[in-house]
Amino acid sequence: MRRGTRRRVGLWLGAVLAGTFVTMALLSFVWTPWPYAAMDIAQKLRPPSAAHWLGTDQFGRDVAAQLMVGARTSIAVAIVAVGIGMGAGVPLGLWAAATRGSWIDEVIQRGGDLVFAFPSLVIAILITSVFGPSAVNAILAIGIFNIPVFARVTRGGALSLWTLDYIRAARLAGKRGARISVEHILPNVANLLIVQGTIQFSLGILAEAGLSYVGLGAQPPTPSWGRMLADSQTLMGLAPQLALFPGLAIVLTVLGLNLLGDGLRDLMDPRLRRQA
Amino acid sequence: MPRYLLSRLGSLVLSLVVASVVIFVVVQVIPGDPATFMMGLNATPDTVEALRHSLGLTGPLPLRYLHWVGGMLTGDLGTSYTYRVPVAGLVLQRLQVSLPLTVYAMALSSLLAFPAGMLAAARRGRGADLAVMGATQLGIAVPNFWFAMLLVIVFALRLHWLPAGGFPGWGGGLWPGLRGLTLPAVALALPQAAILTRVMRSALIETLSQDFIRTARAKGLSQGQAVRRHGLRNALIPVLTILGLQFSFLLAGAIIIENVFYLPGLGRLIFQGITQRDLIVVQSVVMLLVAAVIVVNFAVELAYVLVDPRLRR
Repeated sequence: MRRGTRRRVGLWLGAVLAGTFVTMALLSFVWTPWPYAAMDIAQKLRPPSAAHWLGTDQFGRDVAAQLMVGARTSIAVAIVAVGIGMGAGVPLGLWAAATRGSWIDEVIQRGGDLVFAFPSLVIAILITSVFGPSAVNAILAIGIFNIPVFARVTRGGALSLWTLDYIRAARLAGKRGARISVEHILPNVANLLIVQGTIQFSLGILAEAGLSYVGLGAQPPTPSWGRMLADSQTLMGLAPQLALFPGLAIVLTVLGLNLLGDGLRDLMDPRLRRQA
Repeated sequence: MPRYLLSRLGSLVLSLVVASVVIFVVVQVIPGDPATFMMGLNATPDTVEALRHSLGLTGPLPLRYLHWVGGMLTGDLGTSYTYRVPVAGLVLQRLQVSLPLTVYAMALSSLLAFPAGMLAAARRGRGADLAVMGATQLGIAVPNFWFAMLLVIVFALRLHWLPAGGFPGWGGGLWPGLRGLTLPAVALALPQAAILTRVMRSALIETLSQDFIRTARAKGLSQGQAVRRHGLRNALIPVLTILGLQFSFLLAGAIIIENVFYLPGLGRLIFQGITQRDLIVVQSVVMLLVAAVIVVNFAVELAYVLVDPRLRR
């Protein structure tokens, strides 16, 4: 198969996988196969069947419905975290690039290094130790970790643009740094940001799953994939399928988003193509 | 070289100071009075006051901060409120699990990733490359704690080859301890190995397109010899960077994985600290983790200099 074709297949596969889970999440607002919180102890720990497609959990709740609503939690947390990262990181990155070499640039960069020393799990631990666990903490922890990621990508992309002739022309025309950043630099780093956004989205879903697995994320009764896995752990000998489905959901969503990100990267800017 | 070293050392110290201030502010200043926070709402003023004294939470904030940092530097991490023992002792005890686990996982991940990355780079675009890249794409998407659960189902519950959890300690010799850490280490290592393989592959491909490789081939080395003698060393810088970054992810990952396998490591200590509102434990252990990440990244930068003499100026 030719390289281009293979990449295109990845892009479409990624779009379909990611699209499926977003659709599932959206659909769960209006329809789930069963009410997701409805318990039926008589029907507990059933294997997949025609009535319960993916079986039932230890309280007899429908696993498929839980997964659909869980997708909502994962996607919401990851999207807001990407929003926080972009909202704060992109202006910082633009600012750093506009003042490249100055102390402002230095402070922004070293600040980013510092945040990288706090993995999102550690941020979540800190926040939780004081405010208690919640989905908001998970969002904050992942979002804070995203800020330097976007600041770096923006700064890196913007630096090379600042040396170009049309930017110099804008300078000569009397435009100030902030205005050039917004009018000329930002549109040209948008591609980079979309690709990075996809990657951080998938990392956010993984991080949210990890946080809610250890109890630092969304709290009951809000279903989340991570906590479904945590709940299934004590039942692994009895009903291993409960450990299977939420994990598969995470893997397929993350895989889809990664493929989508790689595909978009090639599509938008062949120069960024990974060595392949 | 001395100047480079000095400036790096300066930023190392600065990072550690800023990180410690951030942690101190979050844990001790934001909740208001830590002693009240730890005792809960039903405590009488007297007991809160007693706790405040026993934990050294009296006096102005800057003094308390200096006391904490000074203590950390001399190996005094404060006293655990729930265990009533020095935190330093707890940490040392837990490190005997967490540190071997992290090193074990890092070794496994490197052992897997280096050959796989080299194979993929050497067979670029062919079957072996596609297989390796497909596997890494999957490896990156798998959460390590879920992978850990699958390992338990297969290797512990079904095959009974390895224990499903718990840790026998190092008292019974090396082998029982390693056996207890094997499934956790594999679970930690595999997703990291996937990332490392990709970095290794693209760094090698980049290096292999350089002129000096062509020269090496022209003077009669085989492709394999050229890769081993000239390619690897030059591809090592990005690989080292990722290894350094991975150390922090492995430490964080170990916190989660320890919970899957009920291992008495630092991760369990932190979570017990959170549920029991033992702020002193959380504060000191988080600082240790962050310091470990900062110091390892500093060491990585020094390692660049060893790998690449051009940076020694």
